[in-house]
Amino acid sequence: MVRIGLIYDQLRPDERLIIEAAKRNNIDLTLYDTNQLALEVTGENDGIEPADAFLQRCISYFRSIHVTATLESRGKTVVNSFKAASTCGNKLLASISLDRAKIPTPRTFLAFTEDASLKALEQLGYPAVLKPVVGSWGRLVALIKDVDSARSIIESREYLHPIQQVYYIQEKIKRPERDIRCYVIGEQAVAAMYRHAPADDWRTNTARGGIAENLPVTSELEDLSVRAAQAVGGGAFGVDLMETESGLVVHEVNHTTEFKNTVRVTGVDIPKLLLEYTQQQAKQ
Amino acid sequence: MSEEKCPDCEAAIPVPDDAVDGEIVTCPDCGLDLEVTLTGQSRSIKPVVIEKEDWGE
Repeated sequence: MVRIGLIYDQLRPDERLIIEAAKRNNIDLTLYDTNQLALEVTGENDGIEPADAFLQRCISYFRSIHVTATLESRGKTVVNSFKAASTCGNKLLASISLDRAKIPTPRTFLAFTEDASLKALEQLGYPAVLKPVVGSWGRLVALIKDVDSARSIIESREYLHPIQQVYYIQEKIKRPERDIRCYVIGEQAVAAMYRHAPADDWRTNTARGGIAENLPVTSELEDLSVRAAQAVGGGAFGVDLMETESGLVVHEVNHTTEFKNTVRVTGVDIPKLLLEYTQQQAKQ
Repeated sequence: MSEEKCPDCEAAIPVPDDAVDGEIVTCPDCGLDLEVTLTGQSRSIKPVVIEKEDWGE
């Protein structure tokens, strides 16, 4: 039997669903709290021998990629891989991967100063969206409506951590007040939902109050979502898409996706599928 | 599965018997996220703080 290690930094209800799915399906699951891990990077002893494959569930991007890199260096299988996680966790690298794979994605610019950002915005037009290259839950994502708001938003970023001064600026896609989250595991889109923006916010993240609704997976949705997943390295992902007049556009691929709302509205046993996928990857 | 009382709305929150220290549980009534704290044999819950570097549906 393949032994799976669940790596986490804070155990959320999503990870609890994984634990309960493992119990129901007699899957050997061991928990690894990264707050307690002392991983030897050099030498032969990794200190976490019992597991054959790992499900990486750290909320922290930086923590997850460092642990995953260390485990992969020991020949361990990790879902998702370092390549996939490091690409998805950085929106710029994800945009590059999607564009190179010819997947429709919003037009995006990179800039480092206020002047250069204003030049980018001239080309993109207003409104546009400024996002942190690393971050989630829609935090610090700003809607830039005009030059004045651009100046004030960028000025405020100058007082933050240097990573917030990497200006990732994207066209604002004309879309309905909802987007799509499609859950891809391996080469299959296993579930999808609409995320409706709440009345008091333009962002659709359920962490910001967005409302989830089941969406049956169409062949167009599956094809595009699986291609997006493969473009970033393949694995298990939450692919975010928007509906436009010319078709679906992929704007994010998330690598340690929360799924409790997807499970609730779709009834798909994503935690079980994740565990089975991790087992399959360990056998390959 | 046992229960703890929500400090905000006083509803009963189910807590798994094998809950780990720091595990997040959600009040089924008001939706408040709470963190399980294990100290020796005793267990309590407190409001959760997940505001680190990039703490993400």
